[in-house]
Amino acid sequence: MNQLQRRNRSLVTRLIVGTLLMFGFGFLLVPLYDVFCRVTGLNGKVLNNGPVTQSVGINRDRRVTLQLLAVNNEAMPWRFKPQESEISVFPGEMKQTAFVALNPTQRSMVGQAVPSVAPSEAAEHLHKVNCFCFEQQPLMAGEERAMPLVFMIDDELPQHISTITLSYTLFDITPEPRPALTLQAHRQGVIYE
Amino acid sequence: MGNLEQKVHITDHHGPAKGITRWLYTTNHKDIGTLYLLFSLTMFFVGGCMALTIRAELFQPGLQLIMPEFFNQMTTMHGLIMVFGAVMPAFVGLANWMIPMMVGSPDMALPRMNNWSFWILPFAFAMMLSTLLMEGGAPNFGWTFYAPLSTTYAPPSVTYFIFAVHMMGISSIMGAINVIATILNMRAPGMKLMDMPLFVWTWLITAFLLIAVMPVLAGVVTMMLMDIHFGTSFFDAAGGGDPVLFQHVFWFFGHPEVYIMILPAFGIVSEIIPTFARKRLFGYTSMVYATGSIAILSFIVWAHHMFTVGLPLAGELFFMYTTMLIAVPTGVKVFNWVATMFRGSMTFETPMLFSLAFVVLFTIGGFSGLMLAIAPADFQYHDTYFVVAHFHYVLVPGSIFSIMAAAYYWLPKWTGHMYNEAMGKLHFWLSFIGVNITFFPMHFLGLAGMPRRIPDYALQFADFNMVATFGAFLFGFSQLIFVYNVISCARSGKKATARVWEGSHGLEWTLPSPPPYHSFTEPPVFTSPHRENS
Repeated sequence: MNQLQRRNRSLVTRLIVGTLLMFGFGFLLVPLYDVFCRVTGLNGKVLNNGPVTQSVGINRDRRVTLQLLAVNNEAMPWRFKPQESEISVFPGEMKQTAFVALNPTQRSMVGQAVPSVAPSEAAEHLHKVNCFCFEQQPLMAGEERAMPLVFMIDDELPQHISTITLSYTLFDITPEPRPALTLQAHRQGVIYE
Repeated sequence: MGNLEQKVHITDHHGPAKGITRWLYTTNHKDIGTLYLLFSLTMFFVGGCMALTIRAELFQPGLQLIMPEFFNQMTTMHGLIMVFGAVMPAFVGLANWMIPMMVGSPDMALPRMNNWSFWILPFAFAMMLSTLLMEGGAPNFGWTFYAPLSTTYAPPSVTYFIFAVHMMGISSIMGAINVIATILNMRAPGMKLMDMPLFVWTWLITAFLLIAVMPVLAGVVTMMLMDIHFGTSFFDAAGGGDPVLFQHVFWFFGHPEVYIMILPAFGIVSEIIPTFARKRLFGYTSMVYATGSIAILSFIVWAHHMFTVGLPLAGELFFMYTTMLIAVPTGVKVFNWVATMFRGSMTFETPMLFSLAFVVLFTIGGFSGLMLAIAPADFQYHDTYFVVAHFHYVLVPGSIFSIMAAAYYWLPKWTGHMYNEAMGKLHFWLSFIGVNITFFPMHFLGLAGMPRRIPDYALQFADFNMVATFGAFLFGFSQLIFVYNVISCARSGKKATARVWEGSHGLEWTLPSPPPYHSFTEPPVFTSPHRENS
């Protein structure tokens, strides 16, 4: 093997390693994205799940309004709404409320709620002690259930925030194969004629 | 294609094999370059037919010719084919032909891999185009294939699309590795990196961009594949994923990708303008550094494609300012081209006309890019025809015009014959007028609020759409002149000299026209054009 071939071989090896590293980096972007969202509180992801560890006093000089929204992901047939659409709380106060879901279909289904908080600065100050979104929610045909939410807003919440919106999007994750794609099932032109 | 075979038969000694196996088994950089260029030309016409289908439907408001489902397939396939099938293979073809001749090497560094990286492409595109005939139709989610359109709501053919993208990615990466190895290891003795022609420099940087981002594209389509078939939830919110993540990963690939499609064009124009201005390129060193800066900046601007997804203010500002920063090195390039022409003895042969149009029209596309970079203004422009006008201005009179310029510039070198200059000029003027009639009105449509990717539109957009469609057909059909000119040039024509152009410079012009099948088997003696004067 002459010198040129050796140089080519070592260069190509390095370039292939670079390619593989970049392929890995593409996948690394997924956890990095989550870490980035966690550090910055962006994307409205609720971070503080589970029991509140630090015991903090209730600040009765301040009130925060929590607006609750329920959204159905398309193709999710459940009736899904909050028991109260707005709750006024003192920072540090533990509150319980619930979302009501009704499965109007003739079959058992499983739902999963995914939360989002706006403004995103508030996300790290909203503590969910217990939430129906922690688990999958199975409902029998025709069953109705109030799904509990226990939360607390801490007093570290920036002063300029007086209203927080907590929105849940409910997804159908029933583990049976769904009928073939509804969008494609349309005959060409049917929607437009 | 037979015409090109004849050309080589008249050349000497270790001639190529005969028949189809010559093209199947070839490891010759000139043959592979030709294959790439012909493939790209074919795909240019396939994608062009799709563009004309789109424009024909948009000629008038209402639905006349095609159904919305098929319209969506056309916009998607047009984008994918033009990006991955026309522009990128054309640049790889030019790299194959020109880089060994420009750096004085006998061939590419890895000839066998070169053969493989070309022959993957026809299969990749056959697979992609076959989806048009499948039940459920071809991919219809736009060339950016945002999840969940491309996962939850995708037609079943999306799996073919994913594997086609994998194959194209492998082909591009192998091509890039080959280019880097050739440039770094195979230069003529005495040729330093800063002596290399700018086309070689821009391709070296492009090749590194390809190696950096094509694997990320492969990664993102692999995640789609797993979401669709293996029950993962990378992009599915129901399972804890995030569709916005798709856009971040996609544009982390996508923004460097747009520079992959323009940096070699900068290199081509930097070769052509000095030739016809009969002056040395102004600011060679600054050109190299500007190219490098554009490449580095391209990694930190991706979210300017996503200003409306709900980025925090700090993010919007960061991506807005970094995007605007790219105008600085790009401006350096434009001013260098202008300074090269300043007080030069200019003549206006077809390659020069295309290069001049490139400088002017690419700059217009750059300016509309600056407008789009303004985050608050982008909320109005986002997903409108203004965006369509912007990226077509940088890709059609940008990349495509530079490829046309390169083809006319080096065609006499490749074939040994001069092309028909009058016909070339006619092709240029029809293309120039056609491009502007097609895409300029789209700025106004976008500012007035016409959204992208719709088969029907409100009545107030009718006039400009009609004008754009006229322009598109003018541009599309005038490309047939180019095909005729290339074929007739390959078959016959005035004999070309070795230098071809009075002001030509560089090692490729020291070879006869056409160059022998094996060139620079002995390394040429290289003296730096830069060092002797400066």
